[in-house]
Formats: sequence, structure tokens, C-alpha cells
Amino acid sequence: MPLRVLLFASYADALGASEVDVTLPANATVRDVVAQLRARGGAERLPPAPLVAVNQRYAGPDTPVSERDEVAVIPPVAGG
Amino acid sequence: MRSAIVDRALDPAGLAAAVSAPDCGAVLLFVGAVRETNDGREVSGIEYTAYRPMAERELADIVREAEARFAGARVAAEHRVGALAVGEASVAIAVGHGHRGAAYDASRYVIEEVKRRLPVWKRERYADGTREWVHAGTGAASALPGAR
Repeated sequence: MPLRVLLFASYADALGASEVDVTLPANATVRDVVAQLRARGGAERLPPAPLVAVNQRYAGPDTPVSERDEVAVIPPVAGG
Repeated sequence: MRSAIVDRALDPAGLAAAVSAPDCGAVLLFVGAVRETNDGREVSGIEYTAYRPMAERELADIVREAEARFAGARVAAEHRVGALAVGEASVAIAVGHGHRGAAYDASRYVIEEVKRRLPVWKRERYADGTREWVHAGTGAASALPGAR
């Protein structure tokens, strides 16, 4: 199943793109998305378990994802 | 409640006016601004970026939570994105309440939650021409209870 993943700030710089396409197994979870990303060049700058948002809400590693979901990997936030 | 992510100069006085009412014994305004130094380096400006739709929703949630936790509080908050110069306001939080104690508590709650969970990032520009993303935390999912 194809999925487009959104990247921001330092993570977008690390992977050289603000969106990347990954291919996931059926019944995939957030953990699978992170594993796919970490296999890419530049992704060594991502922590082993980065923050992830599914449909604009923070989501744990076991959260299921489908190709209709909006999935984003969230660098350490620095607002304020 | 009122909240927004904006790409124009903030209007702190307008936010304070929005939460003012005859039953308010306290109207409290917090303004966060770009500081001229960070970790001993001379800062010439900060570029803020956001995951905008999520940041809009998250800020609205934070403001609603503050109003629910501190009964009677009226809260308004705005965070700016884009290129800011030293001294410009990046965040403004206004709280109106019958009494000052709850107003301070609600204001503190909003800024601490903004720092903890608002999906906003900043890249500092330094006087020597370099720039760097500011990383307050580790980025690990364990930093946020909701994400474990």
C-alpha cells in the first residue's frame, strides 16, 4: 500500500524533501512507517521512535495507518 | 475562546480586548518575543514554520483545555509564523478572569502546552550568517504522553 508521508523542519532537511512516498504492508502501523523512513539515505538523523501524527493528532507506534490517512513525522517542537 | 496561527504581526492589545469583560478583575497578557542571544550566540532573527492545519487545531485544543481547567477564564492565543526580527512577538496569550490567580495559572498552562506540543519549529539566524534549527527536546515519541 502506498503512502505519502509529510516531513518538516530538520527532518525535511535530513531527507531532502518535505514529502516522501513509502510502500507499506497491509495492516501497517506507525512503526512500519518509521522503519521505512529510517531505511532511507539521510534518515540516520531521525530518532528511533520519532513523534508521528496521524490525521493531525499525535499517534503512538501501534496506531494503524491506511493510504487514506495523513501521516506526518514531527521533529522536536520549538514553538513559543 | 479564540486562537490562530498567523503570518502577520501579532496584535497583543487586540487579544487582551477580546478577553476583557465587566466581570474580569484580571486581564493578563503574555507576549513571547525573539531574543537577541541564545546559548551565547548573537541572533539576528528567527524563521518559524508550522504544520499549519495541525498547529491550528492543537492551539485551539490548548485554549479550550485552559478554559475548561480554569473555570471562568476567557482565553485567546495567537502564534506567528514566518521570518521574525529580534524583538518581534512570536506568541501572544491573553486571559481574562474574575481573579488574578486563575488568570496566571491559565496563561502558564497555555504557554507550557504550546512549548510541549504545538507543531511549530524555529530556525535561528545568527549574526555570523549561519542558521540552525532549534531543538528543545530529543524528538522521541516518549516526550508526549499521547504519542506513546
